[in-house]
Amino acid sequence: MDIAEAILTTVATASTPLLIAATGELVVERSGVLNLGVEGMMLMGAVSGFAVTALTGYPWLGVLAAVIVGAVYSLLFGFLTLTLVTNQVATGLALTLLGVGLSGLIGVPFVGHPGIQMTSLYIPGLTGLPYVGKLLFGEDPLFYLSIVLVIGVSWFLFGTRAGLTLRSVGDNHGSAHALGIPVIRIRYLAVMFGGACAGLAGAQLSIVYTPQWVENMTAGRGWIALALVVFASWRPWRVFAGAYLFGLLTIAELNIQAVDLSTLHQLPGAVYDLLALIKAIPSQFLSSIPYLATVVVLVVISRNRRLTMMNTPASLGRAFVPDR
Amino acid sequence: MRIELVKRPQHSILFSALSPVVALILTLLFGLVLFALLGRNPVTAMYIYFVSPLTEVWQIHELAVKAAPLILIAVGLSVCYRSNNWNIGAEGQLVAGALAGSILPVMFPDFQNFMLLPLMMIMGMIGGALYAGIPAILKVRFNTNEILSSLMLVYVANLFLDWMVRGPWRDPNGHNFPQTIQFSDAATLPAIFPASGRASWDFVFALVAALVIWFMMEKTLKGFEVRVMGQSPRAGRFAGFSSGRIVIFSFVVSGALAGLAGIATVSANINQLQPVISPGYGFTAIIVAFLGRLNPLGIVVAGLVLALSYLGGEAAQTAIGISDKTASVFQGMLLFFVLASDTLIYYRIRIVRSRERAGEVVHGHS
Repeated sequence: MDIAEAILTTVATASTPLLIAATGELVVERSGVLNLGVEGMMLMGAVSGFAVTALTGYPWLGVLAAVIVGAVYSLLFGFLTLTLVTNQVATGLALTLLGVGLSGLIGVPFVGHPGIQMTSLYIPGLTGLPYVGKLLFGEDPLFYLSIVLVIGVSWFLFGTRAGLTLRSVGDNHGSAHALGIPVIRIRYLAVMFGGACAGLAGAQLSIVYTPQWVENMTAGRGWIALALVVFASWRPWRVFAGAYLFGLLTIAELNIQAVDLSTLHQLPGAVYDLLALIKAIPSQFLSSIPYLATVVVLVVISRNRRLTMMNTPASLGRAFVPDR
Repeated sequence: MRIELVKRPQHSILFSALSPVVALILTLLFGLVLFALLGRNPVTAMYIYFVSPLTEVWQIHELAVKAAPLILIAVGLSVCYRSNNWNIGAEGQLVAGALAGSILPVMFPDFQNFMLLPLMMIMGMIGGALYAGIPAILKVRFNTNEILSSLMLVYVANLFLDWMVRGPWRDPNGHNFPQTIQFSDAATLPAIFPASGRASWDFVFALVAALVIWFMMEKTLKGFEVRVMGQSPRAGRFAGFSSGRIVIFSFVVSGALAGLAGIATVSANINQLQPVISPGYGFTAIIVAFLGRLNPLGIVVAGLVLALSYLGGEAAQTAIGISDKTASVFQGMLLFFVLASDTLIYYRIRIVRSRERAGEVVHGHS
């Protein structure tokens, strides 16, 4: 049981960055803005989180720095798309391209620098419980934060007046503006929230998941997070399900690569043969599974045009210039 | 105080021409700040970055080496972006083209005659086009977001290349290095002026591609279709243009050109396949396309500018020891400034003090 428990714990660690980044982007898209810069914002969060942790010795300060850097960096996107009404797709790409370069430059002194990992929760008595103890009470703090985040966003969007306002801006910015709702201001706030979440997700990678700085260490997770929002048809709890599905996939793939067949002779023949078969697949093919799965998932979700149309925020990606 | 946009009655011809220049100047100004922050003399660093790589003839050749793939890819992307199809997976299509184009020189090294190079280039184009066809068909058939699918396929292509050069295509006499056998001379794209430097025929391909695509976009019905579907798909449908066909067409054209860029740069400069064959040409080409204002002729100039940023990054690393990552920072900043400056084409910018009332102007509503 120890192995299964360890695997499940790592699934949570692998899913958390996707969950946080995708939840942030969900709020942005619900306000009608498509920010394709998630990958870049995550990288900025990862490098600043790692740097501040390394310089101060306090992982929490690193997390805080990553959140602030993510939010401030997203303002660049906000200023261009909201104030200067530039094309959102192109500007989001620019945010990612600049983020890749800038994080690489900032991170140069930190390559190969030993990182400090955030300690996991430990509650005497509870964490030691058999089977569920470590799963429920022994995760890293950002895992709990991510769960709070999903609950909070779900409640905010569908349980509060402010959430309704935000959704109305995303569904029809013209009418919202006519009703006197400050469309641009709400979108700025949403974009900054998305940036803060992406920064946090990046910090999770460089402080919790693999405590080190490697150039481009997000490895496409920002893009997968974007796909998860579509997959989830813009609902927070479906984002949660999607993120954990992908986390499971990643960990399964990693564990199958690492497993040593010679120690597993006691397994039933069929299971052993299946494992041997999978082990025979080149590692590069296994590594490409999350990317291929993303494409497959997008195809399955979007083939139903009517369903997609119904769920997509109607003003998503469209520029808004107020007429005064 | 706030910034307000006033829609111009007509888009400004002056700023259409000027906006890339404005963007370049802003990028250079911020570059000075960046170098100062890195603790270097900004003026010296600027000189090393943007002037020193152009002082000798062989360096001009290096500029062409870097510019050729950028221009080839960006010209194709301009067709996509003009038709509102967001292909951002050119890096993967480049790899697919390099793989397909390498089939003959790697698997049939004894096949050496005058047909070899043309066949390699054509196979490279087919490889890139087929790979770009995947997101296009998924978009047309299943309504799948092409931005995400084309990008995901970049990771898949890179992993596949990695497997090929470590597995089936690894050079048996290569001391276990992850690389294929060296291409024969017959499979090597020759230099244009071998006496003065290594710039090879792929730069000529790039110029020809720019001219052909420019002609197509401006003078043919196909180009008109592409532009109409990009600006107003509704109007296009009334005219009887098929949106699905345009999606496939623009992806196939850009994929073919990215594939050509891949096999040409491998054949001319690397001479074998390795796990990494491109310093991100497929992504930098996105910036080239926008800096060139999605006009193939503008893209030729933009490609040279971005190629210079690569050379400048290398020069600055060797001469004053700053990381060549500054190159990608410059490239990213440049794209931001290009996009921001483009606003000036369609809008006048007014700074409104909070007291002042703005309201007399009738605004366009998008």
